Amino acid sequence: MGAEMNTEEIPLLEVEELKMHFPVRGGVFMKQVAAVKAVDGVSLSIRKGETLGLVGESGCGKSTLGKALVRLLKPTAGRIRFMGRDITTMSQFGLRPLRQDFQMVFQDPAESLDSRMSVGEIISEPLVIQKMGNRAQRQERVAELLDRVGLPRSAAQKFSFEFSGGQRQRIGIARALAVNPDLLILDEPVSALDVSVQAQVLNLLLELQRDLGLSYLFIAHDLGVVKHMSDRVAVMYLGKLVEVASADAIYEDPRHAYTKALLSAIPVPDPTVKREKVILEGDVPSPIDPPAGSAFGDRMNHPRYEETVGMDLGLREIAPDHLVARDLCCLSEEDWRKVE
Amino acid sequence: MSGPLLEIRDIVTSFTTERGWVRAVDGVSFEVAAGKTVGLVGESGCGKTVTAMSIVDLLPKPSGHVLEGEILFKGHDLRKVKEKRLREVRGGEIGVIFQEPMAALNPVHRIGRQLVEAIRLHKKVSARTALEEAVEWLEKVGIPAPERRVSEYPHQLSGGMRQRVMIAIALCCHPDLIIADEPTTALDVTVQAQILDLLGTMRGEMGMAVLLITHDLGVIAEQCDEVVVMYAGRIVERAPVKDLFANPRHAYTRGLLGSIPRLDSERKSVLQTIPGQVASIQDFTQGCRFCQRMERKGKWEHHRPPYIELTPGHWVEGCELCMEEGHGS
Repeated sequence: MGAEMNTEEIPLLEVEELKMHFPVRGGVFMKQVAAVKAVDGVSLSIRKGETLGLVGESGCGKSTLGKALVRLLKPTAGRIRFMGRDITTMSQFGLRPLRQDFQMVFQDPAESLDSRMSVGEIISEPLVIQKMGNRAQRQERVAELLDRVGLPRSAAQKFSFEFSGGQRQRIGIARALAVNPDLLILDEPVSALDVSVQAQVLNLLLELQRDLGLSYLFIAHDLGVVKHMSDRVAVMYLGKLVEVASADAIYEDPRHAYTKALLSAIPVPDPTVKREKVILEGDVPSPIDPPAGSAFGDRMNHPRYEETVGMDLGLREIAPDHLVARDLCCLSEEDWRKVE
Repeated sequence: MSGPLLEIRDIVTSFTTERGWVRAVDGVSFEVAAGKTVGLVGESGCGKTVTAMSIVDLLPKPSGHVLEGEILFKGHDLRKVKEKRLREVRGGEIGVIFQEPMAALNPVHRIGRQLVEAIRLHKKVSARTALEEAVEWLEKVGIPAPERRVSEYPHQLSGGMRQRVMIAIALCCHPDLIIADEPTTALDVTVQAQILDLLGTMRGEMGMAVLLITHDLGVIAEQCDEVVVMYAGRIVERAPVKDLFANPRHAYTRGLLGSIPRLDSERKSVLQTIPGQVASIQDFTQGCRFCQRMERKGKWEHHRPPYIELTPGHWVEGCELCMEEGHGS
């Protein structure tokens, strides 16, 4: 998939220059004194049937981007098209019929499932909201979904807290699938789970994708998991994408300095491998007052950082289907000449 | 000194709960040699943290107790020494690093004061000298502008910086052993790499031993000399790190290693999983607990399997069913 796909086709979801800023208020009159630029000009697309992995460190804006894509947040600027339809400024009422097509699965199933509702009620709630089927049909659908995600049908009468973490995540997935969506936004779906349970949930997600032709936006910080699940991967740093390419290209031929640093930081579960690590200094800078130029160049104290202030750092195609930020601090000399 | 720095023999740690006593750690034995790093790995609830906290008696009180066994540190049983001596050991000869630095640091005291307190508890120096030492330590663990940071509060620091402060507090008394409980789990990978690099450097400079508790097999592979794998309150396998990854013998260890997606594994392939789930702690059998999970009956259904030493230093819980299964896969 991925690279071989027909790019003429309209992508399922297309985002242009999306910005999601949150006001920071202060002073006596609670005037806006600053803005958290959580997402600051992101363009990407998700093709039908593919998984786009989104990686980055905490605070880089990846969860906010996920929520803005499905309009759980109202973007500050930019454009979101779902199957060619502009949903950027649509009202929540207008969006309701479209919500059938895209659903979200959250990180912590304990927090995203209502503990006062039975599992059956949780899974059928989207059907009730979408006014789909009558009571009996909905019950039938719940049973079908429980089969699908590998839970016993008797689970419908129980409460979510009676289940383990992995089972709760299955409930979350069943709820998201209830309305037959085309796209699932998976926000760190396995990061709260132990590795053996994580593998079960990942296998389930792959099986569902194969059987139902789903598209995924897979948000995670675990790069091993993202590589396993994704066709293409987007790397995010401080509100911006720095590299987007096929999963193989990202892992085997990363071009951006941040992608390289991120990859070298993952501990490899093989004691015979000894790698040269890039140890970064400092922390991810605050999105409240991001550096004016290259954010990662600033973190690395790059000698040519000043030159990037005011420069267009948008994505450029460096190889077929391989996009990288046009950032002189973060590219090799050879790559920089290609995009200069 | 003869013998290992730390030797744990058959410890049993229990908690009182509403439903009676539960044995969170059920007969665990291993050693940590001076200067070596031993990894303690397992999934949540397997008893790895309880094992570590039993060593320094930092169990939640009054519910948690070490009921049986010996904890020999430099040849003396820590279970038998007086509370005063234990306090000297804890923080002095054994430093502890916790997962969540915000919960371990005192939020209302300045960083400097917390370091000074640790230094002066174990060393007779003036407050001024201790403060100077505190600044030096902050510098050693890579905190920029340590003279300024020393008078800040924990909330003013980022997660990675707080973990560095914790490390400074743990190291400032030159301990012989560091117990690090998931020291990087709450951190991002690039910050995790910084912290592990720092711990490695410090270990090299000070020659201390480390007991590293983690669920991340990648961290184990990179940091440890020896690995102890725990399942349901017991050790299932123990081996030098290369042996364990190259030749895992217990079905649980194999399952654990097979279930991690690796950067070099085939994308979107089906991951190996471990069927079933860990029994609830009240229902733990006396017999082989992995067989209990797999719903298998066998020789060790009711009796605890003995440990077998396969090659020097490579121990496995000797349940034939768990050792046979999946062999060569």
